[in-house]
Formats: sequence, structure tokens, C-alpha cells
Amino acid sequence: MAKELWKGNEAIAEAAIKAGCKYFFGYPITPQNEIPEYMALKLPQEGGCFLQAESEVAAINMVYGAAGAGARVMTSSSSPGISLKQEGISYIAGAELPCVIVNIVRGGPGLGSIQPAQSDYFQATKGGGHGDYRMIVLAPASVQEAVDLVQEAFDIADQYRNPVMVMGDGMIGQMMEPVEFVEIPKRQLPEKDWATTGLRGRKEHNVINSLYIEASQCDKHNEDLFAKYAKMEETEIRCEEYNLEGAEIVFAAYGTVARIVKNAIKSLEKEGIKAGLIRPITLWPFPKANFLKAADMPNVKAFLSVEMSMGQMVEDVELSVKGKKPVYFYGKAGGAIPTPKAIVEEAKKILGGAK
Amino acid sequence: MTHQIIMAGFGGQGVMSMGKILVEAGLKEGKNVSWLPSYGPEMRGGTANCSVIISEEPVGAPTVTEATAAIVMNRPSLDKFEKDVIPGGDLLINSSLIDKKATRDDINVYYVPANEIANDMGSGKIANMVMLGAYLKITGAAKEDTIMEYIAEVFSGKKASVVPLNKEALKRGADCIK
Amino acid sequence: MAIVFQKTKGLTEKQTHYCPGCTHGIIHRLVAESLEELGLLDKAIGVAPVGCSVFAYDYFSCDMQEASHGRAPACATGIKRVHPDSAVFTYQGDGDLASIGAAEIVHAAMRGEKFTTIFVNNAIYGMTGGQMAPTTLIGQKATTAPLGRDENHAGMPLRVSEMLATIPKAVFVERVSVHDVPNIMKAKKAIKKAFEIQMKGLGFGIVEVLSTCSTNWGKTPVEALKWLKENMIPYYPIQNFRNPEEVK
Repeated sequence: MAKELWKGNEAIAEAAIKAGCKYFFGYPITPQNEIPEYMALKLPQEGGCFLQAESEVAAINMVYGAAGAGARVMTSSSSPGISLKQEGISYIAGAELPCVIVNIVRGGPGLGSIQPAQSDYFQATKGGGHGDYRMIVLAPASVQEAVDLVQEAFDIADQYRNPVMVMGDGMIGQMMEPVEFVEIPKRQLPEKDWATTGLRGRKEHNVINSLYIEASQCDKHNEDLFAKYAKMEETEIRCEEYNLEGAEIVFAAYGTVARIVKNAIKSLEKEGIKAGLIRPITLWPFPKANFLKAADMPNVKAFLSVEMSMGQMVEDVELSVKGKKPVYFYGKAGGAIPTPKAIVEEAKKILGGAK
Repeated sequence: MTHQIIMAGFGGQGVMSMGKILVEAGLKEGKNVSWLPSYGPEMRGGTANCSVIISEEPVGAPTVTEATAAIVMNRPSLDKFEKDVIPGGDLLINSSLIDKKATRDDINVYYVPANEIANDMGSGKIANMVMLGAYLKITGAAKEDTIMEYIAEVFSGKKASVVPLNKEALKRGADCIK
Repeated sequence: MAIVFQKTKGLTEKQTHYCPGCTHGIIHRLVAESLEELGLLDKAIGVAPVGCSVFAYDYFSCDMQEASHGRAPACATGIKRVHPDSAVFTYQGDGDLASIGAAEIVHAAMRGEKFTTIFVNNAIYGMTGGQMAPTTLIGQKATTAPLGRDENHAGMPLRVSEMLATIPKAVFVERVSVHDVPNIMKAKKAIKKAFEIQMKGLGFGIVEVLSTCSTNWGKTPVEALKWLKENMIPYYPIQNFRNPEEVK
């Protein structure tokens, strides 16, 4: 298939349908509205069901019900809406249900702005809802990558019986780029013999539940969940390393910001400064080893995390680097976007001080 | 060559579609492209703009902060984006609606009476294509033939009658550039 | 020896945690018997609430999901849309349905979701220890209304059935009680009818069941049944508010 121009949100919706998503429950919020709009038009044609819920809260609980019933199901929202969904996400993680949640992030806090931001890093990766749980968070940097990751997200969710979040900023949702829908490699997926389908001849009833009233049982449930999360950390970490060889400074950036950083790296190169980039594609599990390895490289003098936030991922960068090299932060928040020029200035300032 | 263009104007002036048409043509010519709109309440009646990139190389940031060209369709857009054009870059001003002159002398400034030409052709809505014609003549970011190929795909059947009008608009725009 | 009575197959062998004298046991049985008699046990999927009946998923023998507080109707919506031929029901108390989940029940009814809601109204929060519910009567004492509910402070008790009966796609709305045997028989009839209407695909159905909470009301089970009859029924009249014939 030849490349076609797709708007990010619509491409994400189409990718979900191609991945076999049959159910979508959502609520309108800018800047992700093209996702539910596309689903409303296309899902019925695919024999699926789109439903506009009365609230973000209801939408995520509809996802819970449909996922528990064994369906491939998705919801999408943007930051304030994801805050509302967090309780439901905790239940989905606790009951070990597979689903895909798309978050097209906008500026905050509160009603914030509707412009692109990355200020949901904490609420995505640190379990925005209550209790100990983890969720794989995929952060595409282009519309093409969004399309690929959304398709894979459904498989990852089914493989681990876990919610997966695809987190893009407003730019990913709103921009148009060439896309080719390529079928992703299929994973060996377990049968959903746990789903509530009605007994239909089965002897034991299936129960979807996250309640373990005995402390010892709830403790064991947590241990089991964390054994699963450990497996995810072993096998699902993804990240792009760019230009690390000989780099004096290593940027940490994800999503569209990583692309702005690449522009800055080219500008720095013209000025004779070698800079590299580590771009986490999975925000959780975080590519700690890649950062530690870079920290051990003698040429690397410092790290600079660039984000569309006031500094969230930088905390994971610091933890990964284990104090071996200084870690700096530069960011813009509330919908403002860092410019390559400002990033170059920041890097030069750091290197001036680090030399 | 990487073309980084800002297109800006009132909502309804066809700024977004001017950008879309250009990236569709760029893609047809096998180039790397991206189109990033401003979005939000200002899209309805206020100013609208989009950042367009056409390049032989993979597209880095989809944002345009150092524009090789800016096409401004109204006065607020001139005030906002004149500073973002790189030295030696191109600034195309819709002189039908903007009576102000550009203030910089380190860029190439072109005044195109896009609305007058469009009205003269009998369709005020086509001012965006006049500007695009002028832009293509200056930069060669895409071939006029490729643009027309795409236009013909979009306006087929009953709507095919507007195809020659678009072609004429591109030409009239190009003719403004000496 | 001839078998004259058997426990319904719709309930598991699990011993319930309900207080002595609680009417949840009766209502569970009515729901389970109705499913069994209608031949629906094999394709029933129930949704348990948060509240006293939170463990309902252990007591019903059909497939079950445990929803978050108040969201059973949203959860049931997801299930029913995936398995339209199933018999889906929510089992919810008055804190769950009438307070935190008021939006979900109203919108499920508005959409005419084809599932059945069993709404157990005992005018108090049971599981958390006797706090005031939206359905607590004026003057009724609760741990968060120690002097009794004051209408000028906490408003008037919510009549859920009357409210839902104004919604066109809520095709079956009936309030019943389980304070004596004749009323228990009537309650069973209403629950069965609600499931029949669901399987015919006519729309949303709800049966509100007036129930007791002798523990948090501070009464013996027998006193509690008497209190229900004398205090709840005058404010929450037992009647059918909507049925499909009327809709036609």
C-alpha cells in the first residue's frame, strides 16, 4: 500500500480498527475528538459498536465491562478526562483486563489549555489511580509510529491481561503525515477463557473482580501482579538511541519533542558540538539500562531532559543515571513548545559549565 | 532543500486547505512532508495557521519556528509571523487585505493582491490558490502539475468544473511574481 | 422420598456474609430463581455493586463482574453491547445507585440499555456503617445524620422509580417490597417480568425492592420489617410505574 496522508487522531482510530478493536466508549474532549468521531462512523460498518458515554467515568467503566466480556475495546481522551478515568484504570489493572487507552495530552493543571503537552507523564507512568499497579505506556513520535504502536498495543494488552496506554501530545493527534498501514507481527496470545460470556455449558462461573478482602490474599494478588510487571520490564522496553557515539551531551526526550531535539542536535553539530538522544518509546517500563550505559560512556558529560512539562520524565532519567553524571532539565508547559534554538542554547550553557 | 512554511489567515480563507494541498502534492512527488494545524477556538472566526514541511530528508520537528517562507493572508498574521522568516526567506503578503508593508529588509517580500485576482475570476474563495501559485513560482516546492493532479482527484464528477478555475488561479498567482 | 423443595441452581454453595435478618438473601434467591425458571442461567452475566452486596459475585452461580462504586450500569452496558443475547443484570443498593451512581443509572435508562437492574433500597448505607443515603427518610437517624435527616439541610429522599419512570426508554419500572410473604411473591413476579422484557429486547427495566437493614436501623429483624411497612411504604409506594403495554 502506498503512503497516504493521515491526520494523527484518525490514523490512530483506523489502526485500532485494523487491530480488531470492535468496541469504543468515549466522551468528547479536545484535542482528541477525531478519534471518537471516526469510530462513530466506521465501527458500525465493521460490525462493532461505538457508544458516546455520559461521562469519562462511565466510558472507562463501559470499557471494563466490555473487556471483562472478552472484547477488544478502546477508549480515548485527553488529560483532564484521563484524570477522571484513573479510578477505572486502577480497577482494570486490578481485575487484569486488557484494553487500550489513548491519551492525547493537553496542557494542565486544571482546565489548563488545549495545546500540546507532556504533563501527563506522572499520571500515566506512576499509576495515576490508587493502589500499586503498572501499565505499559507507549509514546509515539510520529503518526506512522502511532499507527504501528496502537496496533501492537492491543496484542500487548491481551498477552499480559493489562491496560496499555498510548500517549501522544496534541501535535500527534492533530498533525498530518504520510502513513502506511503495515500489518504488525502477530504475538502468540492466550485464550480469553476467563471472560464473562455467560456460562454457555461451562461448569465454573467466571468472575471479573479486583476485591481481595483478606489482607494476605490481597498481598498475594499484588505479588502476582508484580511478577507480571517484572516480565513486562524484561521484554517490553523500547527506546531509540540516536547519535550517542562521541556525544558530549545526551538528551532525553520522547514523542514529538524528540523530533525537535533532533533538529537541535543537527544545529549543535554545525557548531562542532556532538550531542545524542535517548528517546524512550515505552515510558513504562522505562529504558533505565540505556541511560545507565550512556552514563558510563566517558565522552558523555551531562544529560538534558527536554519535555513539554515542568519536569516529570527527568526524575526517571536521574534515577537511571544513578548520580554518575549530572542531569539537567529544560521544558515548556501549558501548551508552549520548546524551540530547537532554545534547546541549543540550553545545551551550550550546560556544556560551558560542565567543561 | 527543506521547505518550512507558515500559512496564516482568518478562519475561512482556506489557509488549512492551502497547506493540505501542498503536502499532498509533495507526497505525490515522493518527498517527506508534515502538516501541523493550529487548533482550538481560534479556528472559528479568529486566526488560523498551519506549519507545513516539505523535504528531501526525513522531517524532524513538525513545528516551524525558522520558516523558509510565510504566506500571510491577513494583517494579524503579518504582525505575528514576519519575525519567524529566516534571513533570505520569503514573505508573501496578501496585499488585497493588508495595507501595511513588511518591516524587514533581510527577506524577500512579495505583495500579491490575491482577493482582487480571485474576485476578478468570479470566486473570492479561490484567493488561497492564487497565493499558492505565487509561492510555487518562487520556491518550486512542488510542481504545478502535481498540484493539479491532486485537485483533479479531489474534485471529480459533478465538482470537476472547478478544476480549470483552480488551474487559472495558480497561473494568475504565478504571474504576479516577476 | 420425594423432593418437595430444592435450592435454586442460580446460587452457589457459598455461605453469605449478610447479617442475620437481612433481606438481601431473599432478594438474591428471587433473582436466581427467576433466571433459572426462565432458562437464563447459562447466558446470564451479573454485575455486583460496591456496598453490602459487593460479594454477590460469589453467591450467584452465573458469570459475574464486580463494578466500581455506582458504575454497574456502565459496566453492564459494556457487557450487553458485547453479548447482546445474554441476560445481563445489575444488583445495586441505594448508596451505589441513587447517590454516586445516579448519572450512570439515568443514562443507561435514557439509552434504553437492554439489561435489568435490581435496586435494593433500604434507606441507608449498610456496609460502611449506617451513614445517610439519598433515600434516608426525613427524621430517620443515620451516623452522618445523628439527629435525623433534616430536609432543610440534606433535602428530601430521592424517589428513584418515580424519576426513572419519566424516561421514555425505561420501559419497565416497578417498586416492590420483601417485608412479608405476599409481597415477596409479588417481587418475584416483577423481577421475572423484568428479565422477560429484557430478553424480548424492549428496553431498560428496573425493579426497586424495599428492603431492611436491622443492624444499622438498630432494630430486631421483625421490628425492621414492621418499620419498613409503616415508614418506607408511605413515602415509597409499592406500585408498577411503567410496563411495555403502557409504552405501546
